[in-house]
Amino acid sequence: MPGTYIPWDYVPVMIVFAFAVMIGLGALVGGLLVRPRRPYAQKLAPYESGNPPVGEPRYKFSVKFYIVAMLFVVFDVEAVFMYPWAVAFDKLGMFGFIEMMLFIFILLVGYIYVWKKGAFVWE
Amino acid sequence: MTVHQLIFIYFAIAMTGISLLVVTRRNPVHSVLFMLVLFVHIAALYLFLNAEFLAAVQIIVYAGAIMVLFLFVIMLLNLRREETEEKFHRQWPVSAGAVAVLAVFFIMIVSKIVVLPALGEYSIDAIRSEGSIMTVGKVLFTKYLLPFEIASIILLVAIIGAIVLAKKSTNS
Repeated sequence: MPGTYIPWDYVPVMIVFAFAVMIGLGALVGGLLVRPRRPYAQKLAPYESGNPPVGEPRYKFSVKFYIVAMLFVVFDVEAVFMYPWAVAFDKLGMFGFIEMMLFIFILLVGYIYVWKKGAFVWE
Repeated sequence: MTVHQLIFIYFAIAMTGISLLVVTRRNPVHSVLFMLVLFVHIAALYLFLNAEFLAAVQIIVYAGAIMVLFLFVIMLLNLRREETEEKFHRQWPVSAGAVAVLAVFFIMIVSKIVVLPALGEYSIDAIRSEGSIMTVGKVLFTKYLLPFEIASIILLVAIIGAIVLAKKSTNS
């Protein structure tokens, strides 16, 4: 069951998180309590003294962004595997090195495929 | 009530609440942001399971990369409010019923299985004396060598799949 072990080393991290949430929420809630609220249509416009907004605020993104995000996820996961490999490198030795090179090589094949397909070219 | 229980109860209640917020928000971008909070809570729960590496991976991969993917998909589809309301928001009685049935089964199964498995060689003290990431590295690259290499094949499939599905064939 979770909670049978307490990571005391991470208490400072949790305190930082708690402060971050408190400062963020505190600013919003404090402002909400203090500020006067007298809205009118012009004040609520995105640019009070700028161009009047035209069209929808959100528009359909190009699918090219999705490719970039997907490739980012894949190579992010690849990088994640390198952390334990780097830490345990001394213990693993040559065997671990060859193993990781095989891993990187397989992904390199994918990288070359992506490159040749022109996914990095922004037409 | 011990500290362990207090912490676990906080995470259990917070995660349930955040999950409900994720599925009930009208604006999909708000759902994604609440999901980000949920992922951070899951990472903290991994810390309490003595899985530091998994907690870091949860933040790096899920909160960092998968969330970007979620946001891009939402912006890609960019459904207008009327469309989402018609398609998704009328189905909540069905999903509530399905969740209730599943919850009953889940509670029945969990209440039957109270026997914890025998502790392996990687006890809390063993992992702490060596370091979490060191332990993961040593096990992953020796005992679980094949799954690790298969992971690269799966990632390769993901790359090729994304390109085949989303890339227009402009061989210039």
